[in-house]
Amino acid sequence: MSPRLFALIIKEFLALFRDKKSRMAVIVPPILQLLIFGYAATFDLEQAPLAIYNEDEGAFSRDLVSRFERSPAFEVIGYLRSEAEIRPLVDRKDALLVLHVGRQCSADAAKGEGCSVQVLIDGRNSNTAMLALNYVRSIVTDFNEEQIEQTTGTLLPARLAVLAWFNPNLESRWFIVPGIVALLAMIVALVVTALSVAREREAGTFDQLLVTPLQPWEILIGKAMPGLIVGVGEASLIVAVAVYWFRVPLVGDMLTLLPALVIYVLSIIGIGLMISSFSNTLQQALLGSFLFIVPAVTLSGFSTPIANMPDFMQTLTYLNPMRYFLIIVRRVFLEGAGMEYFWQELWPMSLIAVTTLALATWLFRHRMH
Amino acid sequence: MKPGSLLRLKGIIRKEWLQVIRDPSSIAIAFFLPLLLLLIFGYGVSLDAKNIRIGLVIEQPDSASLSIAGGFEHSPYFAPIHLSSIQEAENALRASTIDGIIWLRQNFAADYLNNQSPPIGVLINGVDANTARLIEGYVQGIWFSWLEQQAEKAGRTLRSPVQLEQRIWFNPQVRSTDFLVPGILAVVMTLIGALLTALVIAREWERGTMESLLVTRISVNEILLGKLIPYFILGMGGLLLSLVIAETLFHVPVRGSLWLLFAVSALFLWVALGMGFFISTVFKSQFVAALVAMVSTFLPAFILSGFIFDIQSMPTLIQGVTLLIAARYYVAILQTLFLVGDVWSVILPNAAALAVMGLFFHGLVHRRTRKRLE
Amino acid sequence: MVHPSATANLSLASASPTAPVLVLDRVDKGFVVEKKRIAALNEVSCAIRPGRVTGLIGPDGAGKTTLMRLCAGLLLPDRGTVRVLGVDVVLEPLAVQAQIGYMPQRFGLYEDLSVRENLDLYADLQGVPAKERSGRYQQLLAMAGLEEFQGRLAGRLSGGMKQKLGLVCTLVRPPRLLLLDEPTVGVDPVSRRELWQIVYHLVESESMSVLLSTAYLDEAERCAEVALIHCGRILGHDKPTNFSQQVAGRTWLIRAPALAKRTLQRQLSRNPAVLDALVLGASVRAVSRDCTPPTLADLSNPSGAEVILAPPRFEDFFVATLKDEAADRKNNRIALAVPGSRRGGDEVIIADNLVRRFGSFYAVDRVSFRVRPGEIFGLLGANGAGKTTTFRMLCGLLPITSGACTVAGLNLRTAAAAARARIGYMAQKFSLYGNLTVQQNLRFFSSAYGLHGGRRRRQIDWALATFDLAPYAATESQNLPLGFKQRLALAVALMHGPEVLFLDEPTSGVDPLARRDFWAQINSLADQGVTVLVTTHFMEEAEYCDRLVIMADGRVLAEGTPEEMKERHGGDLDREATMEDAFIGLLRHHQPMGT
Repeated sequence: MSPRLFALIIKEFLALFRDKKSRMAVIVPPILQLLIFGYAATFDLEQAPLAIYNEDEGAFSRDLVSRFERSPAFEVIGYLRSEAEIRPLVDRKDALLVLHVGRQCSADAAKGEGCSVQVLIDGRNSNTAMLALNYVRSIVTDFNEEQIEQTTGTLLPARLAVLAWFNPNLESRWFIVPGIVALLAMIVALVVTALSVAREREAGTFDQLLVTPLQPWEILIGKAMPGLIVGVGEASLIVAVAVYWFRVPLVGDMLTLLPALVIYVLSIIGIGLMISSFSNTLQQALLGSFLFIVPAVTLSGFSTPIANMPDFMQTLTYLNPMRYFLIIVRRVFLEGAGMEYFWQELWPMSLIAVTTLALATWLFRHRMH
Repeated sequence: MKPGSLLRLKGIIRKEWLQVIRDPSSIAIAFFLPLLLLLIFGYGVSLDAKNIRIGLVIEQPDSASLSIAGGFEHSPYFAPIHLSSIQEAENALRASTIDGIIWLRQNFAADYLNNQSPPIGVLINGVDANTARLIEGYVQGIWFSWLEQQAEKAGRTLRSPVQLEQRIWFNPQVRSTDFLVPGILAVVMTLIGALLTALVIAREWERGTMESLLVTRISVNEILLGKLIPYFILGMGGLLLSLVIAETLFHVPVRGSLWLLFAVSALFLWVALGMGFFISTVFKSQFVAALVAMVSTFLPAFILSGFIFDIQSMPTLIQGVTLLIAARYYVAILQTLFLVGDVWSVILPNAAALAVMGLFFHGLVHRRTRKRLE
Repeated sequence: MVHPSATANLSLASASPTAPVLVLDRVDKGFVVEKKRIAALNEVSCAIRPGRVTGLIGPDGAGKTTLMRLCAGLLLPDRGTVRVLGVDVVLEPLAVQAQIGYMPQRFGLYEDLSVRENLDLYADLQGVPAKERSGRYQQLLAMAGLEEFQGRLAGRLSGGMKQKLGLVCTLVRPPRLLLLDEPTVGVDPVSRRELWQIVYHLVESESMSVLLSTAYLDEAERCAEVALIHCGRILGHDKPTNFSQQVAGRTWLIRAPALAKRTLQRQLSRNPAVLDALVLGASVRAVSRDCTPPTLADLSNPSGAEVILAPPRFEDFFVATLKDEAADRKNNRIALAVPGSRRGGDEVIIADNLVRRFGSFYAVDRVSFRVRPGEIFGLLGANGAGKTTTFRMLCGLLPITSGACTVAGLNLRTAAAAARARIGYMAQKFSLYGNLTVQQNLRFFSSAYGLHGGRRRRQIDWALATFDLAPYAATESQNLPLGFKQRLALAVALMHGPEVLFLDEPTSGVDPLARRDFWAQINSLADQGVTVLVTTHFMEEAEYCDRLVIMADGRVLAEGTPEEMKERHGGDLDREATMEDAFIGLLRHHQPMGT
């Protein structure tokens, strides 16, 4: 590396980290977001408020109800005595769901006719409603299975033996937290690179830089380095927090993750530099980053599966580097998948990186002034 | 009201309005971003699982096992692939070309006929826990209806002791659009109310126009009100636009009364404006104000408002934090107004919380904005 | 505790037409910067009399703006009282603000609003009734020459027009007291004259009282009274002629035909009896310590030299009074570590029909000039005349629309990057990395210019020593005093020993004393063979140049030596023409309409 380029990179780092405010802005919000995200963003149901309206006095229904009482997913907030109590309870959002067991239930069950149990779920948040319904279903299915075997004394003709690979307890935190690595690496690398040129333009230092014998590509590398190092460094820190604080197992190794991470951050830096060369002011750079981040996060599979999106949106996700890195980081974390599994993610991501960096270089030369 | 007050107010409002119209970035935030968010969330976000790629490994095909396979083939949730061996299937699962495996062993048919209750092996990729849980539920459903079918064929009846009758109130088809769109409104109103206005007072300080304003006869109330009104109109415009899109593209029902929807939105917008003004008066630089607004209003509106993630499933500490997020109250009211109706027991307490927050922020802004430079 | 005499004045304030319109009584005001308390105003007492223009004159950082803001009720005094038009500003700011007009230094025009919309806004804010508006607008816009631009966005106006619009906005409702904070900074001489005409017209026709602050010392002479402020204290308050009379008999014009004017100036300023020596036309103007004329025998070639007693100016008094306080300003000469290499020979900078167009707007329109080696060449013009655009094209920072330019035989935009090592560049605004220390800035830029190893170390040491920056080596450059920021910028531009030095408005915002030192440094560089291209809007700085071009509206109006300019374009005056006369003469010729 030429001493000139080296001095430039040193300068970029000093500019970013000497100032206390800017140091804080780069380090504190991501950590804070990681903690809040890590805890707040969950698709597991925990202690969802459940009200029980059991009109039946039999042991059968008591047995069923006790299954719900014992489940950590639900917390029984009350036992109702009339049907009229149900509606206001749900309307007020005091209960997410109500389990209604009819008067004849135990008797019907004893007759072998089966009793019908009603579950009423507040559908205002359809995601939560689906989750709750799933929990209810699996409790009821387990209950049925045991009841049949008990009452008939015979085994069911066939039974399910379910095993979840990679995440046996199906904790959604194991899914979300590795995703945060991808999310925050993107935000940090993008903001650091997108704002750095705009900041120099506003301070007038960019001209001073351009009249030195530094080549445009040297300036570009100088601008890319902090984003790369901060992005990769912070992502590694988040990996450590995920492993040691959130206790998400890292089955694979960092050696698989690191090259993918570098390619990913490079592709983000290319986008950041493109935003940078388009914006003359910090406000424009900020708005530009914002306009990229919001769709990129939503169309990445970070919180919702890509397979559920309409086709044209699924096609769009192929342009999104985060899509590919999310797959890699999650699979390295939980499956321990090695590099050989990732060629079909790595090549599009590299292509995006090369394209954005090349475009950024081109834009940089043409819009330098 | 002091003499000339109306005239001064008119002057500030007109000026502010002209600036909004001529600034492409405020138009982008007020109209382009809401559109983008609505389209992405209206079309692109759903937690359901469809077309699940599942590998069927049937080591010894016969009528029983083929009827199980048929259950998967006819299910709308699954897109099954037949695989010849469990090794092949496990490799496919490892390579993520399938999301799960249904495995019927060599002796399945024989054991089944002998009433030995053979296991149906179900292997699911658990990385995406939510999807995995959905898959498990669907598999159970197919399995149970298969059992019933088989019993019927044999002339017996298999009645499950408990038959679940599910009713999802307010949103029987469980359309995620119906609950995401109200949440997006909260994000949009936060964007316009807080992010945009976080810049407006800071901008006047940065461009030196504040000093010229302050030496005229204008009072603090007039400055604040003059800025509030145009952005209020802009925010309500953004709301109207989003509502029209929600109705025309996504046909989201509005079961509550429209006037209540507008009234509550106006209240929330007032709170958001208060937060924006507060950030703007504390941080007199546009750059810092924008960052603070993003971290303290926009992100929480997304994550901590109950818009995507359920608040009650969060740890207690984080639940405590959400109490400080204005968007949380607004989201609760919106989802009720859209999907349930005018439920006063939801609307009143949440609206009261909003009012308290609004008074708090506007009060602070009043205290901090002085007609002086220090 | 109120000063007895002040109390007496106050009771009369609203009643008598001769009572002061503004009374400051022992006012203190301080600010906290980096946890240190800095006194901006110290025991300031002052009374401004009605119906005239009072100038508040002092260098940058003297406390002018703080005083203005206190009077407008935008700041609270730490101690003392401020009464405006008989009303205590601290107690009733709104009552004061209803009666005064205040134009801040950077007047807050809304640049995305049109001229008319800005006027409407301020008319609304000042409560001007609708039926009075059209008459008032017409009168004010005519005075400012802005009638034809009512629909134009304020951001698209020239610097002078903006300033006039700012003034017009403060005047939509005639105030009784007008406070103007540096209204003429960066404004071209023609607009400056117009601003002054407007102010005088108002004082006469509406018997307005005006307090106007300025750092241009020549403007002091246009005021009826002057309050001289320095380091937060009022040093004197009197008629301007009374100030200059104090140095009467100590000001001289010296001619020495055998010496170059810069050599003469340098030799004179080494004379301990001379407080100040300034190039003026072909001669040097000097202020001596006492009434004996400076001796010419010490000059290296005194043949034909003569000394004439010159009439005193306000600036002479200012410099003579303040120069003693700045005793440490000795290091005026720069010894280049690498002396300039080329002397004589071809032109170093050639601009040939340079054009720069932004959309349909010609920022630079067919500009041509040639600069010889070792010359100080000036681009003189108001803000927006196209100087900086020309400059940026020469440095390769901006693509050329058409035409050609070369620096040291190269087009910097297309030449290899290494060619840029031959130029040094100092931007208009301080543009080094503010959050890096002086040492870090020097290290970075020396490496960026390809210096390394021992040479790099030596050059950094040279820069720290030559520019007295060593004590500040570990200071963040944003916290440097203004003068030292400028030195650091110059050090960075010189460290790699450039042949050509580009200086863009190097002295804007710097007080007159620091400006003198800076020019002494630049002179010494030129003497060592460095070619200097400099832009400025200070007319008197043109005197330092060997040759210059005067620019307006993107075009070159004239080219020549300062003497030639004054002779050709100064017009027929009974006194010796100044550069400002020449500039205005040229502009009149260029634009017969006036504005």
